[in-house]
Amino acid sequence: MSPTVQAGRNEASEFRWPPQGVTRAPYRLFTDPEIYKLEQERIFRGKTWNFLCLDIEIQNAGDYRTTTVGETPVVVTRDRDGKIHAMVNRCAHKGALVCLKKKDNVASLSCVYHAWNYELDGKLKGVAFRNGVRGQGGMPEDFDPAQHRLRPLRVESFCGMVFGTFADEIEDVETYLGPEMASFIKRNLGRPLRILGTHSQMIHNNWKLYAENLRDSYHATLLHTFYTTFKVNRLDMDGGITLSERKWHHLSFARRAKMQEAVEYVEAKVHSANYESALDGPGLLEAWEEFDDGITHSIQTVFPNMCIQFTLNSLAIRFFAPRGVDQTELFWIYLGYERDTEEQSSMRVMQSNLTGAAGLVSLEDGCINEFVQRGTRADPDQSSFIEMGGREVESERNSRATETAVRGFWHGYRHIMGF
Amino acid sequence: MHNVLDKPLKQVAAPTRDQVVDLITAYAHSVDDMRLDAWPQFFTSDALYHVTTRENHEAGLPIGVVRCVGRGMMQDRVKAFYSANIFEPHTYSHMIGRSEFLEPTSDVAISARSNFQIVRTMETGRMDLFAVGKYLDEVVIEDGQPCFRKRVVILDSRNVDILIVIPL
Repeated sequence: MSPTVQAGRNEASEFRWPPQGVTRAPYRLFTDPEIYKLEQERIFRGKTWNFLCLDIEIQNAGDYRTTTVGETPVVVTRDRDGKIHAMVNRCAHKGALVCLKKKDNVASLSCVYHAWNYELDGKLKGVAFRNGVRGQGGMPEDFDPAQHRLRPLRVESFCGMVFGTFADEIEDVETYLGPEMASFIKRNLGRPLRILGTHSQMIHNNWKLYAENLRDSYHATLLHTFYTTFKVNRLDMDGGITLSERKWHHLSFARRAKMQEAVEYVEAKVHSANYESALDGPGLLEAWEEFDDGITHSIQTVFPNMCIQFTLNSLAIRFFAPRGVDQTELFWIYLGYERDTEEQSSMRVMQSNLTGAAGLVSLEDGCINEFVQRGTRADPDQSSFIEMGGREVESERNSRATETAVRGFWHGYRHIMGF
Repeated sequence: MHNVLDKPLKQVAAPTRDQVVDLITAYAHSVDDMRLDAWPQFFTSDALYHVTTRENHEAGLPIGVVRCVGRGMMQDRVKAFYSANIFEPHTYSHMIGRSEFLEPTSDVAISARSNFQIVRTMETGRMDLFAVGKYLDEVVIEDGQPCFRKRVVILDSRNVDILIVIPL
C-alpha cells in the first residue's frame, strides 16, 4: 500500500505530532485534506484575527471590497455613518455570492439570483415577491427578515489595516499582536497610506509552507543570491528575530552597521544608503534612511496568513490565501505614505523590482515551496528537520542564522489546532 | 551651412510600420528562443520596460510586476536570470495579434498596440497559458535601428502563475 493511501485512511483527529515537538513538521500537514478542513474551522474561523483589506480601499460610504478568510468569501463594507462591516459574502437565501467584484461602490448589497437585498451592514432589507404576485405565492406569514442576514464577522482597524474574526471571544487586535509586534507595525504603517500597486501570484503549495518560508531567515542569503551576485554591499548583517509572546507572529530585522557618511547626506537624509554594487542600473537600489533606529530590512508576520515587508524603502503587505490543500494565492500590496515626495515615491517604485512575482531578490519563493510540496507528498509520515539555531522557541536578537521563528509558527499552530 | 552638413545627420525620421511589426516579431522570437542576452538590445538606452496588470494600469498605479528604466536595469535582469535567480527551467511561445497603429505622440516615434498570448512550457512537459494581454509600444530609430523607447506589457490577469523571470 502506498504511503499516500495509508495516510488517507487515518483520521485527522488521530494525528499525533512527533515526540521531538516543533523541531519536526510532519509532511502530512501539507497534503492532508482532512487537516486542511480542520484548519478552516480552528484557525480561519477560530480565535484569530484575519487581514481583510486596507481602510483606504473602502474610504467612502457604500464602498465594498471582497476577500477571503481561509476559503470563506467575505465582503467588507463602509456604511453611511463611516462604520466598517464585514460579512460572509453569501446570500442567506440560496448561498450565492452577493458581491462579485473586487471593489465597488453601491447603495445596498443585492444578490443577483433572487434579488434579496441587504443593507451595507448585512441586514436583510428586502425580499423580492415577499407578499407574492397578485395575492399568490410569497413567503409564509411568519417569515422574519431579522432571522436572515449576511453572517457578520467582528471587525477592527489597526494602523490602516482592517482585520476580521469569526470568534466571539477574542482579545482586541493590538493585544492579539502583543506590544512588540504592535509597536513595529505602528512604526511602519502608523500614518496615512497610499497604495502604489498590487498583484498576486499563484504558488503551488500548502499555505503553511509559505508561512514557514516567511519566518525562515536561514534561507535568505542561500536561496536568494541576487545581493551576493551583484556584490551589493549591504552593510546590514547585524540583525535578529523577535517572537511575539505566544510565538505566533515574528519580526526579522537587519540593521545597517554604522558607517562614515558624508555630512551632506546625513543632513539631507536622502540617498544616504548608497549601496555599492556591480549593477548596470544602480538606480534600483537608490534609497533613503526613513527611520532613526537603523533598521533597513524587516519582515514581520502576523498569524495566520499575512506579512509586512519593509526592505530599504519598499513597504508592502503580503497576504496569502489558501486556495486548496496545495494551492496558495499570494497577494502583494505595495504601499507608500501620503506624505511621500515624488522622489521618495519613485524610489519605492524602483525598489518594487526586488520583490513580488518577478522580484530580483526573492522570486525563488514562488517555486521553492512547490519544490517542497512535490518532494514531500509521497511520504506524509516523514517530517522536516528544524533545528537551526537550536531547539528553543525564543527570540534571537543577535543572529538570523536560526529557524526559531519557524518553530514559533508550529508552536502556535499546534496550540490552536489542538495537535 | 557646410558645418552642419559635415556632421552626421541626426536620424529624425520615424520608423515605418513594417519596421515596427518586424521589431515586435523579432523580439518575441528572440525571447522564445531564449536569446536573452539580446533582449536589452531591442530597447533604446533610456527606454522604459514596464510589466503591469490591467487593474494597476487602469487605476494609474505606478507599481506593477517589473519596471526597468534604462537598458542597464534590463541587463541586470538578464544577468540575474543567468547567474542569480533559481527557478524551474521553462520556455515561452508568443502568439501576437496584428498590431494596431495609434495616433503618433511625436514625429519620431510610432505607437502600436498588439495583443499577445504566451504559452509556457515547463521542463516536465507541462504547457500552460501563462500570460494574456497587450503590448503598448513606442518605437523609434536609434543608431539606424528600430528600437522600443517604451514597452508597456499589460497583463489581463492580476495573477501570475509561480513567477516571472523571462521577460514577456
